[in-house]
Amino acid sequence: MTDAAKPLNPDEAFRPPRNQWWDVWDQFKTHRGALAGLAVFVSIILFVLVGPMIWQVDPGQLNIRMRNQGPSWDYPLGTDQLGRDLLARLMYGGRISVAVGLVAMFLGLVIGTLIGVLAGYFKLLDSPLMRLTDLFLALPLLPLLLILVALFRDTLARTFGESIGVFFLICFAIAITSWMQTARIVRGDVLALKEREYVLAARSIGTPSLRINTRHVLPNVLSPIMVSATLGIASAIITESALSFLGLGFPPDFPTWGRILYEGRDWIEQYPARVVWPGLLISLTVLSVNYIGDGLRDALDPRIRGR
Amino acid sequence: MAEQRKLVEVRDLKMYFPINTGILRRHTGDVKAVDGVSFDIYEGETLGIVGESGCGKSTCGRAVLRLYDITAGTIKIDGVEIGAKGQSALRKMRPTMQMVFQDPQACLNPRMTVAAIIGEPLDEHTDWSKAKKLERIYELMDAVGLNRSFANRYPHAFSGGQRQRIGIARALALNPKFIICDEPIAALDVSIQAQVVNLLEDLQDSLGLTYMFISHDLSMVRHIADRVAVMYLGKIVELAPRDALYATPRHPYTEALLSAVPDPDPKVEARVQRIILKGDVPSPSNPPKGCNFSTRCPKVMDICRQIDPEYRELAPGHFTACHLYNDAGETGAPRYECNQQGEDA
Repeated sequence: MTDAAKPLNPDEAFRPPRNQWWDVWDQFKTHRGALAGLAVFVSIILFVLVGPMIWQVDPGQLNIRMRNQGPSWDYPLGTDQLGRDLLARLMYGGRISVAVGLVAMFLGLVIGTLIGVLAGYFKLLDSPLMRLTDLFLALPLLPLLLILVALFRDTLARTFGESIGVFFLICFAIAITSWMQTARIVRGDVLALKEREYVLAARSIGTPSLRINTRHVLPNVLSPIMVSATLGIASAIITESALSFLGLGFPPDFPTWGRILYEGRDWIEQYPARVVWPGLLISLTVLSVNYIGDGLRDALDPRIRGR
Repeated sequence: MAEQRKLVEVRDLKMYFPINTGILRRHTGDVKAVDGVSFDIYEGETLGIVGESGCGKSTCGRAVLRLYDITAGTIKIDGVEIGAKGQSALRKMRPTMQMVFQDPQACLNPRMTVAAIIGEPLDEHTDWSKAKKLERIYELMDAVGLNRSFANRYPHAFSGGQRQRIGIARALALNPKFIICDEPIAALDVSIQAQVVNLLEDLQDSLGLTYMFISHDLSMVRHIADRVAVMYLGKIVELAPRDALYATPRHPYTEALLSAVPDPDPKVEARVQRIILKGDVPSPSNPPKGCNFSTRCPKVMDICRQIDPEYRELAPGHFTACHLYNDAGETGAPRYECNQQGEDA
């Protein structure tokens, strides 16, 4: 595309259209908070993905004699009440917590956006879909989650294997109970956007509804979606912790940040570090994702871009 | 002009918006935004549509393009009947007919670059390569007087007049024959208005376009239009060649409307006898019995409150719907509807 445009151009200052994402990246780079968030998030990802390859300690290795140790060269962050190495557990647990957070957030976002756009754009679907949303909002979520997990856990575990099955189930369960806010926000915005003249203009061009939505409506509801996405990761990690705590998440020998946190809770007075580390990691993840989302939202809006 | 081809034929177009009330959302009435409008537009001409706010001008324009599902009537564009077609069948017709919108702030997607906006019709209706599309986009930008280096910018970086040019370039992208200009200058500065109107006229000359120019600016319509239709409360009350309409308005509403145009000469302006209409426009959901204008007409007669006047040709090409001309033997026999409209103008 760039090559073909060159002959047309006698002007030096002139440049052919480049991919819009370069503009987004240029703007994103100027947002300091977002860059810091990105750096923290990447280090957390590296910590949980690459960390276990460097610190090759089995997180499930029991060593009763070495329980409740403080930091030492053998156990940089100490050990828990069963003598398991906390650093290794945090690394392995982070894999699951971050994956659950991202996947559940993404699923919830997709469901919420889809329902919101359908309800906002197609008048006939509006009231059934919104009543469905109200229904889900009115349901007490924890019992629903418990029932979901209790009903489907064994079946899924048998089909996909213990960890993968439970992973999918938990992501699905969290997504299905967290899409409602997104759906409502998106519907409200779509209702306003679809009356805008540029949507009418697209219709006069003959753009079909699907492409009107993907080209004109969705990019303009991106900001609220982005905000609910960043908040969604946080709540997904925390919901996963709650499920683990209730014994309905991953099996007990599977470390996740939430489980480490809850196990450390009984010992918080003697060994506060055992709560502080997982808590810190959860907070850092949430905070960094929030900042990234903030920067991304600004970068995606051409009106703010270039200021 | 008698041999000119009709590009657009609209017959008895009705666009009602239903009113639903009560818990059951029962259908209790209609807003008759456009109520039985008929007109033709000849190839290469500009038909001006004027009228006060809320009289159904814009709705009429949008209905002609089938942006709404019309209630009744037929619309023939370039020989193809589109009144009852489904939206997917209409898609193939879209390149022939395009629209320039009223609000240049609102009619461009703020998240698309100028190149993407102008290129959208090309994306939808052609399978050209990117380079070819880009070439066409630059060509269009040249045609509407936009610098090519603006292609990567976003709409917020432009002034109202420039945005309107982007909107015009988008409408031109597919080489349409017929463009509806829905108050394209209403939101612009006076100095910019002239630029945009001149641009529209130049494009008409060079590309042979046909316009339906909707406006409430009577002087601008006088400048650009070949024929003018005056709308009141969803109906065309008078349709005539421009000079005939401005020189000898027949319908009392047209007279009142024209008397409201300010004159730049203060001496003339001081002597102008304005026809001041009393009262408000009746609600289009509950139009008066008889003639729609009977509640405000200074020349109202008894018959006006009983019978809706026919839309007839008083002089060649000069149509009006008014009971004042019921015995209009001297200018031409009353005719029904506008079926004979072909021999006019």
